[in-house]
Amino acid sequence: MLEIKNLHARIAEDGTEIIRGLNLTVKAGEVAAIMGPNGSGKSTLSYILAGRDDYEVTEGDILYNGESILELDPSERAAKGIFLAFQYPVEIPGVATMQFLKVAMNEQRKARGEEELKTPDFIKLVKEAAASLEINPDMLKRPLNVGFSGGEKKRAEILQMKLLAPQLCVLDETDSGLDIDALKIVSDGVNALRSPDRAVIVITHYQRLLEHIVPDTVHVLYKGQVIKSGTKDLALDLEANGYAGIIEAAA
Amino acid sequence: MPAVQETIDQVRQIDVDQYKYGFETVIESDTAPKGLNEDTIRMISAKKNEPEWMLEWRLDAFKRWLTLDEPTWARVDYPKIDFQDIHYYSAPKGITGPKSIDDVDPELLRVYEKLGIPLREQEILAGVQHSKIAVDAVFDSVSVVTTFKEELSKAGVIFMSISEAMREHPELVKKYLGTVVPVTDNYYATLNAAVFTDGSFVYVPKGVRCPMELSTYFRINEKNTGQFERTLIIAEEGAYVSYLEGCTAPQRDENQLHAAVVELIAMDDAEIKYSTVQNWYPGDKDGKGGIYNFVTKRGDCRGDRSKISWTQVETGSAITWKYPSCILRGDDSRGEFYSIAVSNGYQQIDSGTKMIHLGKNTSSRIISKGISAGHSSNTYRGQVSAHRKATNARNFTQCDSLLIGNDCGAHTVPYIEAKNSTAQFEHEATTSKISEDQLFYCLARGIPEEEAIALIVNGFVKDVIQELPMEFAVEAQKLIGISLEGSVG
Repeated sequence: MLEIKNLHARIAEDGTEIIRGLNLTVKAGEVAAIMGPNGSGKSTLSYILAGRDDYEVTEGDILYNGESILELDPSERAAKGIFLAFQYPVEIPGVATMQFLKVAMNEQRKARGEEELKTPDFIKLVKEAAASLEINPDMLKRPLNVGFSGGEKKRAEILQMKLLAPQLCVLDETDSGLDIDALKIVSDGVNALRSPDRAVIVITHYQRLLEHIVPDTVHVLYKGQVIKSGTKDLALDLEANGYAGIIEAAA
Repeated sequence: MPAVQETIDQVRQIDVDQYKYGFETVIESDTAPKGLNEDTIRMISAKKNEPEWMLEWRLDAFKRWLTLDEPTWARVDYPKIDFQDIHYYSAPKGITGPKSIDDVDPELLRVYEKLGIPLREQEILAGVQHSKIAVDAVFDSVSVVTTFKEELSKAGVIFMSISEAMREHPELVKKYLGTVVPVTDNYYATLNAAVFTDGSFVYVPKGVRCPMELSTYFRINEKNTGQFERTLIIAEEGAYVSYLEGCTAPQRDENQLHAAVVELIAMDDAEIKYSTVQNWYPGDKDGKGGIYNFVTKRGDCRGDRSKISWTQVETGSAITWKYPSCILRGDDSRGEFYSIAVSNGYQQIDSGTKMIHLGKNTSSRIISKGISAGHSSNTYRGQVSAHRKATNARNFTQCDSLLIGNDCGAHTVPYIEAKNSTAQFEHEATTSKISEDQLFYCLARGIPEEEAIALIVNGFVKDVIQELPMEFAVEAQKLIGISLEGSVG
């Protein structure tokens, strides 16, 4: 589903190279965890996948379902089924969560040449999805992310993911700022979305999240490269022994 | 907010700097020669069949106007206006005042149809989704038709063109005209007093709640013509009226002048709600053409516990110079000002309000949302003052500016003056830009850039949109989307 080949990317503004020859393949049905120390390029990778223009790809390619997505803008990528759950979801004052969801869902449908959702159908979908994530209906009336607690913000991200039903989900440190209960709700939400035709990339610092969302593969990112790949046991090893050994071995 | 989708569709249909209402109507007109002198004024007065006192009033205003200088304090920049190069009167041939709908030139009716303004009463009644709105349609210098007059008069409400009112209700006009905005109030108001051609007159008697929304639709069509309308609304004790005003003009390379005066009077326990959606032609993308809009609007809360509320959505005009104000004379009276001012291209807006607290326990609230894009300049200028006797005067002001792009400017100029120690004035101001983070977030959810901006902006102005009557709220949201078309990239 996703094939990243020898990707090099830098910050557009000052030319700092962040991703330096990254290779990664994620198959349909797979849950891949990306781990790595601070500053290894994890969040940058998620932004580049989503198409943020603060970063420039200088070499290599990203193939999604066999096609390069480098020329697509973020909204086109979203319509094709790529979803990024933000580490820090952005506040949109004055725009009710419900309203935002409706616009996003209908824009994606429009881009794919599908009919817009009828309001009663839309409301039904949202209500069901919200209930499964234990989201209070009142939250849906509030402006998106404005005054939301850390847990509410992350739940709102998963709610969007659920409703937009992407093929490739990228979760950027979804566990940060979550207490144990919220972590469980969010993880259950993600697990419910696991399916043979969907891939999930989980970016995280901690093994804790991977106890709830058990990955098929684990990749260690360091200085903009994947320096080691393995199974879920790799995450346990990292938890126990830290990154130092792997970094040394790769050097 | 269902209008977002509509806004988006509208935006999509329209090319950059295409003004939807820019069409010109070829209609034979009866136009006064260019220039301003006593003869012009006599001619206007004669055309309108005015009583002698009205002519005297105008001539007196003209004499005073000659002694005044054009104000320069506003943050707007434009070439000097040649007041002798303007037609001061233009009317579709054969129309000197409103007629029954059947007598109106079908060409004119088509203009309003094209603008989406329903003038045929039966059509309005047939439309299920529309609530009833009575319309006074002003085309250049004359009112061409006023709808629902009969039904309103059953409730005792007088709604007609001011020219008609001068003939049919001279005692009311004489009693109230110029009592809120005095003849010599300012340069443009004085000019208006001398040459005003038409406008609406509303009188709601004691205890009457006006049974429908009233509205006036202004259209400037004729080339090089100034529109100088004058509106006078009186709500007697315990009365209520909600009034809407809309405006458009053809797309022209020359600038056109619009200098209106609006006076509102609310007696004890009366309430007037005045809403404007101003969509005059703003000029093209290089700043050529557009309306110069110099308007004096003022409400007098003359009675105790009276309330006047101004809501405006300003998206048009090359230059806007406008400060709808409230004089809070009656005890416990309340003034409100809700404004959305959108500027794009080379538009310049200097707008705001004045809340003058004179009575005891008076309160006022100001919510101003300025959105600047392109190379435009958008200034909020507001005055809040409490007189010595205005004990417990309260004001809350919130002034937010949103910038789109790097070449526009936003300014906030508050004047706050309290001569009474019990006054409580609060002022909050913010300036923000649509952040890259917000845009990227929306994009990453599949919302394209133009739509994302419309969504964020509509969120920004939500507090004010809520204050508009429902029909106008939808129109306003569409307008804001269209006005910001092409503002990014």
